[in-house]
Amino acid sequence: MSRIRRNSRLPLFVSIFVMVFLYAPILVLVLYSFNDSRYPGAWNGFTLKWYRTLLEAHTVEARDIWRATRNTLTVAFSATLISMVLGTMAAWALYRFRSRLQKFHQALIYAPLVVPDILMGISLLMLFVNLSMKLGLTTIIIAHTTFCISYVALVVFGRLQDFDHTLVDAARDLGANNWNVGRRVLFPLLGPGIIAGGMLAFTLSVDDFVVTFFTSGPGSTTLPVQVYSMMRRGTPTLINALSVIFILVTFSVVIVSQRMIQKRNSTHSRV
Amino acid sequence: MTRRKWREWTLTLPSMGWLVFFFVLPTFLVALIAFKPRSLGGGIGEGWTMATWLDILQPSYPLVVWRTLWLSAATTALCLLLAIPVAYWLARLSQELRNWMLLLIILPFWTNFLIRIFAWWSLLHSEGCLKHTLVWLGLASPNTQLLYNEWAVLLVLVYTELPFAILPLFASAEKFDFGLLDAARDLGATRFQAFRKVFLPGVRQGMLTAFVVVFIPALGSYAVPEIVGGPTSEMVGNKIAQKVFVDRNLPHASALATLLALVVLLPVIYSIFMRRIKTTQRGGKRS
Repeated sequence: MSRIRRNSRLPLFVSIFVMVFLYAPILVLVLYSFNDSRYPGAWNGFTLKWYRTLLEAHTVEARDIWRATRNTLTVAFSATLISMVLGTMAAWALYRFRSRLQKFHQALIYAPLVVPDILMGISLLMLFVNLSMKLGLTTIIIAHTTFCISYVALVVFGRLQDFDHTLVDAARDLGANNWNVGRRVLFPLLGPGIIAGGMLAFTLSVDDFVVTFFTSGPGSTTLPVQVYSMMRRGTPTLINALSVIFILVTFSVVIVSQRMIQKRNSTHSRV
Repeated sequence: MTRRKWREWTLTLPSMGWLVFFFVLPTFLVALIAFKPRSLGGGIGEGWTMATWLDILQPSYPLVVWRTLWLSAATTALCLLLAIPVAYWLARLSQELRNWMLLLIILPFWTNFLIRIFAWWSLLHSEGCLKHTLVWLGLASPNTQLLYNEWAVLLVLVYTELPFAILPLFASAEKFDFGLLDAARDLGATRFQAFRKVFLPGVRQGMLTAFVVVFIPALGSYAVPEIVGGPTSEMVGNKIAQKVFVDRNLPHASALATLLALVVLLPVIYSIFMRRIKTTQRGGKRS
């Protein structure tokens, strides 16, 4: 009495549903960006005018968007750079030393990961208010660095788990000085991890809305905050076009970096 | 100080100093400010007071706190419900297909957080295409409001948190030995019994992580209820922002933030506790 057992189809159906759920809003957004109507809903025909308005930047709105883009990139590059340095040092310390100090250090690194954005936003705002610091790009950079350090440290620390420290000792035995050990051994082995951490920090910084909202002042808006205020004013047509450009850029970056990682993995396995 | 100690401190101090100054100190500052009176100019006054805390007990807050809790709990439950089958499905795919599907699931979440909320906003908008479709199908009347209610908030919260549930569950499911399911079936378990009694306990760690990484951010939600929710579906996060930007009452905002921090701390302490148990178990096995 044997019967062929079939696996349930339910996981497949749920997964298809999830995929549709994930992509539907984004597809609609892309469609709307070509819609010749000020309001979502009615399809008034195909147009490229929103893209043209955005790229020509003659209107106040388009110019605001470009200024916000510049601010976003300034903040993201600065926060990424600072957090790459601090995060890598932190990861190295956690890797090299096992002490009570490092236990505390590690807890400190993990803590920002579990704290909701809004709590980080308001507490930094209170600090800046108490220090009488003027809210602007500097305060945003400080805020972003604060949550980026943890992510960089985590990614680099993860890579360090497979790092063979005897390589450093071997290089030392062969007569390498600190500089050569750093340049010839540490950087080639840890570089990819540090860059991966930096990329994560960069995307998190560009993505952040809540913390920025609390720590930015007038004139120092970043793109997400700009999108928010445009939504509030009820002129979302330009946001559609902006979103599509945004999506195109991020998707291509992700796919290219994925390709790079896969290629590196395959060369690794061959060695 | 030994040379080694000195090296440790120089490596540790930059990140530790930064986090102590910009993370720990501000957190305590917020808790302190909650006991300060408010100054007339919208700043922080002199002296100490309990007035803010008494203010918080006013009748409108329990409702907001309750809403925050149930929306976060419902978000977590729905995310787990969707993520478990997806993780199961992913884990059974071939290596190459699995990598592509994983990328496909993560990809939407590389688009800007606010843009994703905006996409839902325009989809649910009273002039949006979802509403038109529902009206056309006769499922909604032209006066139905899809936006600005608790259900819209729940929907978009699930949308924004879903990958954070899928990833840890997938990480667990990937390590799960699916031969165990066949074994259970051979021993007479039904398909569902095998799933419930073998697969679910097998991915328990993933479920726990998914719970923590969805529930805690959901508790602190601000942007989602602000944009797709209305005044009748505010969460604690919106109240905090309101007290800062509209009422200019920093002590009040601080008290609310302290309250939220305490609520958040509970599952964190729980998860640390669980991890401690797990590591002691693992340590026991090794020795």
